[in-house]
Amino acid sequence: MASAVMNATTVALDWLSSSFDAPLARAVIFGVHVDGHLVVEVLLIVVILFLLSRKSYKHPKKPLTEKVLGPEPLHPPITEEMLSEPPTLESAAGTHTMIDGKEVVNFACANYLGLIGHEKLINSCASSLEKYGVGSCGPRGFYGTIDVHLDCEERISKFLGTSDSVLYSYGISTIFSVIPAFCKKGDIIVADEGVHWGVQNGLYLSRSTVVYFKHNDMASLESTLERITKGNKRAERLRRYIVVEAVYQNSGQVAPLDVIVKLKERYHFRVILDESNSFGVLGSSGRGLSEHCGVPVNRHNHVRAGGALATDGGFCTGSVRVVDHQRLSSSGYVFSASLPPYLASAAISAIDHLEENPSLLGQLRENISLLRRELEDVPGLTVSSNPLSPMVFLTLKRSTGSPKADQQLLEDITNRALKEDGVFIVTSKRSTLDRCRLPIGIRLFVSAGHTHGDIQKASASLKRVAAALLSEPI
Amino acid sequence: MVRLPYFIALTTLFSYVLIFTIGRLRDLFRTLVDFYRPKSEGDQGYAPICLGLEDFYSRRLYRRIQDCFGRPLAGAPDTWIDVVDRHSNDSNKTIQRTADTRRCLNLGSYNYLGFAASDEYCTPRVVDCLKKYSPSTCSVRVDGGTTKLHAELEDLVARFVGKPAAVIFGMGYATNSSIIPVLTGKGGLIISDSLNHNSIVNGARGSGAVVRVFQHNTPLHLEEVLREQVAAGQPRTHRPWKKIIVIVEGIYSMEGEICKLPEIVAVCKKYKAYTYLDEAHSIGAVGKSGRGVCELLGVDPADVDVMMGTFTKSFGSCGGYIAASKEIIQYLKYACPAHLYATSMSPPAVEQVICAMKVISGEDGSNRGAVKLARIRENSNFFRSQLQKMGLQVLGDNDSPIMPIMLYNPSKIPAFSRECLKQNVAVVTVAFPATPLLLARARICISASHTREDLIRGLKVISEVGDLVGIKYFPVEPEKHLAESGGAMVD
Repeated sequence: MASAVMNATTVALDWLSSSFDAPLARAVIFGVHVDGHLVVEVLLIVVILFLLSRKSYKHPKKPLTEKVLGPEPLHPPITEEMLSEPPTLESAAGTHTMIDGKEVVNFACANYLGLIGHEKLINSCASSLEKYGVGSCGPRGFYGTIDVHLDCEERISKFLGTSDSVLYSYGISTIFSVIPAFCKKGDIIVADEGVHWGVQNGLYLSRSTVVYFKHNDMASLESTLERITKGNKRAERLRRYIVVEAVYQNSGQVAPLDVIVKLKERYHFRVILDESNSFGVLGSSGRGLSEHCGVPVNRHNHVRAGGALATDGGFCTGSVRVVDHQRLSSSGYVFSASLPPYLASAAISAIDHLEENPSLLGQLRENISLLRRELEDVPGLTVSSNPLSPMVFLTLKRSTGSPKADQQLLEDITNRALKEDGVFIVTSKRSTLDRCRLPIGIRLFVSAGHTHGDIQKASASLKRVAAALLSEPI
Repeated sequence: MVRLPYFIALTTLFSYVLIFTIGRLRDLFRTLVDFYRPKSEGDQGYAPICLGLEDFYSRRLYRRIQDCFGRPLAGAPDTWIDVVDRHSNDSNKTIQRTADTRRCLNLGSYNYLGFAASDEYCTPRVVDCLKKYSPSTCSVRVDGGTTKLHAELEDLVARFVGKPAAVIFGMGYATNSSIIPVLTGKGGLIISDSLNHNSIVNGARGSGAVVRVFQHNTPLHLEEVLREQVAAGQPRTHRPWKKIIVIVEGIYSMEGEICKLPEIVAVCKKYKAYTYLDEAHSIGAVGKSGRGVCELLGVDPADVDVMMGTFTKSFGSCGGYIAASKEIIQYLKYACPAHLYATSMSPPAVEQVICAMKVISGEDGSNRGAVKLARIRENSNFFRSQLQKMGLQVLGDNDSPIMPIMLYNPSKIPAFSRECLKQNVAVVTVAFPATPLLLARARICISASHTREDLIRGLKVISEVGDLVGIKYFPVEPEKHLAESGGAMVD
C-alpha cells in the first residue's frame, strides 16, 4: 500500500515537472535557457517588487481630545409628553368628584361597588385610626401583625369558601410576590400575553421558563399546553402553572375559567388567577370568576390574588398548604411592612356590606349594560371589552398607524371631555418596561353608584368629542 | 464584621447539625408512613409545591420556633403593646389565638419617633382627611389617583430631604422594585452592598442589568470593584457600561451600622458612577433635624443622585418616596410602573406623613419634633452603652437606633424570645435567612417615646434573661477592646 502511494506521487511529480518544462523546452531568450521553474521565479520577483512599491497602511492619526467618554445620563431627554400632569382631585374619588373647583362625573376610579364615601366604611376606618394609629410599624413577622389583619384574612376565607388566605400590603405587589414564591428556576409557566406589568415582573423574577399564548385564545392555550407536555418526560416532574387574569386590565376581556380548568386537569397544571378587577364584581354574590363560571374553588390548588374593595392592599387565598408556604417565602409578605390596620378594617366592613346587599351587583351590571348600549354608536371608537367587565374599554376603529399618535389622539379626546363636559375618563397608559402589545384605548370604570343621568352624560360627551376629533380625515 | 470566638462557632455548628439530623430522621419516618398511606385523589399527577429539601428549613427548623415570630397585637404598636397569647396543640404546627393579652414593653417595632399610635396633632387631622377623601382613591396616580394631598406631600418631602423634586408611592418595597428597572436596564451595571435589603436585590434583578456586590460598607473594596468593572467593560463585548449605579443604605437594618457615605460618594464621583441611597431606616431618625444620613455625616444632598426612603418607620404611616432632580422625577412619573399601574397612596396615610413632617421640622408651632429627635439619640446611646457594659455583644454605630444583640446559637433564639415575653418585654429575634446562618441575633429598636424608666426596665429584663440563656460573651468591663478577644472573624 505504501509503495503504491509512493509510486503515485513520483508519477505525479514527474508529470508535473515535464509539463512545466515541456512547452518551453528549447526556448532561448537572450541567450538564457528558459526552464519552467524560471517562470515561477520571475513571477515571484514581480510580485515582491509590486508589494514593495505600494504605500504602507498608516493608522489614521486621531489627535487626543479633551472630551471624556462619560456614562449616559440617568434619564433620557425630557420630551413634551413626559411633562403632562394628571388632573388633581380635590375631594373623595367617588362617583362625583371636584377637579379645579368644578364638579365632574368620575369614570376614572375603580370604585365598582360605589363604596367610596360610604358611611359605614368611614366610621369603621375612623374608629380603627383612633385605636391603632395609621401605620403598623413592622413586617408581619416582627410585631406588625395586628388582630384586624388576622380577622380580615379569616373574613376573606369565609366569604370565598377557601381554607385560608394571606393579606398583602399593596395590590400590585401581591402578584409579583406570589409568582416567585411558587415558581422557581426550571419550572414551566404558561401565561397570557396580555397580562399586566405586575404579572410580567413576577414571571421575570421567578426565572422559570415562560411561554405566552395568544390573548384569551383557548385554542392557542391548548396547543401550547400540548406542545410543552407532549413527549417531554421531564415536564411531568416539574411544577407547571397557568397564569391568567380574570378580567384583563389591558383589554377588559374575561377569561373562560371553565375551559381553563378542564385543560388544566387534563395536562396537570396549577392555575394562578389574578382577580383584581373581578373580586366583588362577578358571580351572583360577588365571589369572583369561579362563582360566575360555576367552578368550585377548592377543587384543586387554586391560587388567587385580588384587589380589595374601595381600599388598598391585596390578598391571596387557597389551601392551607399554599397559603402557609407564602408566609415564609413570599418576599412582599416577609420583607415589607404590613397593611395599615385601618385599611384592613375597611376591607372587613366592605365585605360585610357586600354580603348584606347583593343588590349592588345587580345595580352594577345594569349600569354596565346601559353604558355599553349608549356607547355602541360612538363615531370612530368600538367597545372591545367583555359585556361582563366593569371596566368598559374603547379602542379606535381605525388606528392612525403609530402608537404614539393613537395615544395623543385618545388623550385629546379625554382632555376635551373633562374640560368641556365635566366627564372624567382616562386612557390606558403603558410604561416603557411593559411588554404587552395589545392596543391602548379609553377606559371607563363603571360603578354601582353611578346614576342613569351620569351614564348618559358620559356617553353624550364622548359621542360629541369623538365626532369632532375623529371624523376629520387623517 | 463580627468576630466570634472559635468555641461559639463550633457549638453553633454542632447545634445546627443536630437539628438537621433530627429533621432528616423525621423526614425519613414521614416518607415511610406516607408510603403506606393511600395518596389523596386531588394530588395525583401534580408535582408537589415544594420538592425535596426546598422547604426543609421551614418545616423542621422554623416551625419548631414559630411562636416567636408573627406575634399578633391587640392594639397600636406603641411603646407598650398588648401581645395576644397563642397556644398550640400539635407542637407548633398550627397556632391558635386566644382572647388573652399581656401588656409588654415594645422593643421591636419600627417606631423611631413615636408616631405609631394616636398622636395629638396628627390623628384628628388624619380623621378629617379620611372623612373628606375616603380611605382610598381606587385609582392609579396617572388616572384619578392624584389628589391635592399627594402634590403637597411631594413638595414637602423634596424640601425636607433637600432635593429639587420628589415622587411618592404607596409601598416602600414596590418603590425599589420598580424604580431600579426604570433607571437602568441591559447594558448597565449595578454595584450594591452585600447586605442590601431584599427589595433592592429584587429591583436589581428585575432590571436586567449586570449586578456586582461589594463588601459591606467598605469603600476601598468598592473602589477596587469599580476600577475592575470600568476597565473591563460589558461582558463579552468589552464596550463601556452605559451607566453604573452604586446602591447603598443609610442604616442597615440587621447590623445597625451607618453607611460610610462621604467616602462612598467620593469614590463614585471619581469613577463617574451614580449613587442611590436607600434611607428606609435613617430618614427622620438620625441627623440633628431628622433629615437622615446626609445631615448626620455632612454630605451635600446634591452629591447623591437618587435618594429613596420610606414613611413606615419614622413617620408612622406607609409608603415610600424617591427624591432626585426635577428631570429624573419627571421621567420616573412618565415611565415607572409603580406610578402608572399601582393604586396611589391612601389619602389618610398621606396626611399622616404631612403632619408628622410638620411636627419634626417644627412647622406645627411646637418644639415636639426637636424634643423627639434629641430623645431618640439620647435613648439609643444610653441603651447601647448599658448593653455593652453588661457584657453583651452589640453591633452597630453610635447614634443608630437599631441594636442587634448577638445570640449565635439556634437554641438561644427561642429561649431569649420566650423568656423575655414571660417577663413582659417583647423583642424581635432574627435568624437565617435574614442573617447568615451562624449569626442569629436579637434586634432592639429604640423609640423616642421610650421613657428612661422603660429603658431601665428593659435593661434589667435583658440582663436577667442574658444570664439565664448565656449570651454574655464578653466580660463585664467596658474597657476590654474587641480586638483582644481573638477568634474567628466572620463577615
